[in-house]
Amino acid sequence: MSIKVIIPQIGQSIAEATIVKWFKKPGEPIEKGESLVEIGTDKINTEIPAPESGVVQTLLAQEGETVPVQSEIAIIECDADFTPASPAPGPVEVGGLEVRAPSREQRHSPVVRRLAEEHNVDLAKVRGTGEGGRITRDDVLGAIDTIPAALKTNVAPMSRMRKLIAEHMVRSKRATAELTTFFEVDMTETVEQLEKAKEIYQKDHALKLTYLPFVIAAVSKALNAFPVVNSSIDGENIVYKNQCNIGIAIAVEEGLMVPVIKNVGEKNVLAISRAASDLAERARTNRLTADDLGDGTFTITNPGAFGALAGTPIINYPQVAILGLGSVEKRAVVIQDAICIRPMAYFSLTYDHRAMDGATADAFMVHIKKTLETTCPPALE
Amino acid sequence: MITYLEAIRQALFEEMEADPRVFLLGEDVGSYGGAFKVTAGLQEKFGEERVIDTPISESAIVGAAIGAALAGLRPVAEMQFIDFISCCFNMITNYAAKAHYCWGAAIPIVIRGPYGGGVHAGPFHSQCVESYFLNTPGLKIVAPATATDAKGLLKAAVRDPNPVLYLEHKYLYRRIKEDVPADAFVPLGKAAIRREGKHLSLITYSAMMHTALEAADQLSKRGVEVEVLDLRTLSPLDEEAVLQTVRKTSKVLLLHEAARFGGFGGELAAIIAEKAFDYLDGPIVRVAALDTPVPFGSPLEETYLPDAAKVVAAATRLLEY
Repeated sequence: MSIKVIIPQIGQSIAEATIVKWFKKPGEPIEKGESLVEIGTDKINTEIPAPESGVVQTLLAQEGETVPVQSEIAIIECDADFTPASPAPGPVEVGGLEVRAPSREQRHSPVVRRLAEEHNVDLAKVRGTGEGGRITRDDVLGAIDTIPAALKTNVAPMSRMRKLIAEHMVRSKRATAELTTFFEVDMTETVEQLEKAKEIYQKDHALKLTYLPFVIAAVSKALNAFPVVNSSIDGENIVYKNQCNIGIAIAVEEGLMVPVIKNVGEKNVLAISRAASDLAERARTNRLTADDLGDGTFTITNPGAFGALAGTPIINYPQVAILGLGSVEKRAVVIQDAICIRPMAYFSLTYDHRAMDGATADAFMVHIKKTLETTCPPALE
Repeated sequence: MITYLEAIRQALFEEMEADPRVFLLGEDVGSYGGAFKVTAGLQEKFGEERVIDTPISESAIVGAAIGAALAGLRPVAEMQFIDFISCCFNMITNYAAKAHYCWGAAIPIVIRGPYGGGVHAGPFHSQCVESYFLNTPGLKIVAPATATDAKGLLKAAVRDPNPVLYLEHKYLYRRIKEDVPADAFVPLGKAAIRREGKHLSLITYSAMMHTALEAADQLSKRGVEVEVLDLRTLSPLDEEAVLQTVRKTSKVLLLHEAARFGGFGGELAAIIAEKAFDYLDGPIVRVAALDTPVPFGSPLEETYLPDAAKVVAAATRLLEY
């Protein structure tokens, strides 16, 4: 009797495999469990053993050929005295792989086919308990009960915004040589400024003052000192910008928008606060215009607002850097050999290594850190 | 508690009492009370004009019944053994079954008689005749398995405006006893689930229903839940009940006492394959009598007939499939 060797289902996501090397030629004898062929997938390379002893009769695929899993790749003429175990051989475990002996398993009863289709069950992965390893209705029902959630899918098309974000992020990742550097910033000065001005902002300007305008003001100064961080790359040229237009990433219901505060260098903390508050409000109520979203030269994102300690943001391409703000939290820090409680925050800068090197990026960050820690931009002037 | 036989007698008695158009005719049904005593005492109660002893001529019995029906009466004709119905095959199939269709003349007759084997009565007194008639549109065919159904289906048959073959199983006559409701009435064309189950459907009728229950009992000890469907009426068939149980269990075993080849199981299998194919999880299996005449000798007849052991064996194979 002859037995067919098939490519086993190696993993849930593997649909095909490539024949790497045949260990036997037609006509050669092979022992049960002896390696017949090496196959490769995009995840692993593995060897398939002979399910039974016999003589290799036919090889049905060439080396280098890619074939779908479950397809037949060889026929072994079994030893004359070979008789199938009783009942007919079911799936056998060989070397950790499930190799199915030839049987009528490939044929399924009507109810099995219907249930499998209705519940999206891959019958190749269901172990049959019926005669000769046949998959019964109850086997399918059992499989439906134990399907991991990942297999039950609910497909929904991406929203337009989701698609744009996806394209934009992947494009940035592909186009830039990005890396991230982290700094810890003592926010004591900023907190003092904030506390001092908070009520006045609320009362006189109906503005809810946050850390952000202080950081934006400090970033603006640093961008002036390090113009390359405020640049973009065009082919082999670096394009320096004469203004600092800082985008702020704002989470909205459908995704993320990055409105831009224009000409930040000419604005004080109050003006920045007003602009940021206006843009955020209009982003959340879907009233931003194309002008609000264009001409950014640098971007700030604030994962700390959602409780993140720090982030590794993706550059808003074609800009060359993006600053991420971690949450401001009181921490025990050592100052002049004393343990002090200070409001601290981690700032992270993802930058494009093509435009600048670590020394520049870190100097830029030191500049921001120093501004905030010593001469924090005043809220009240 | 009354026997299956007594249930039939009660149905005849009550229908005759309720409707003066109802009368009986057959061989020895009168003063002798019938070969099996089904009609015992009826002639004394209703007189010779309503319980008529006839010559030994089945054609004459059915011919007279048809004539009386056309004249407005409701005859119940007895075949002393249902095997003898072949003698009046032409009367039934070519006249009674077609009269309403061809001439608008309904023939409200019941032809009843002892049916089936298991009593060592040999090839001429043990037959299951339903398949001779199932292929004749215009005939209704009932085959009760319980005393309640025996009474209820006979009453429905007597009141039906068309010819009904009423197949009463002689093996059950005195073997089963039950409490039969005084007002027992079972409409034609309705099957009954005798036992609920989810692993396999056993579809049957008449005396084999008891064999089915016995097999289901044995299988239940192994944790197998067999659903037993008693068809009760073969024509018109309760098709929805058949399809429903198949959809529930996906495995179906058809059991009848009639010979396998050309038997009713083939028709049921075809209906299931046509209308519930997507629910099947195994071949449709038949358990039936051998394709020979009914043998006389006891060991031979036992070999010939389906029994619980044969049903369990077939069910086991099907369950393992």
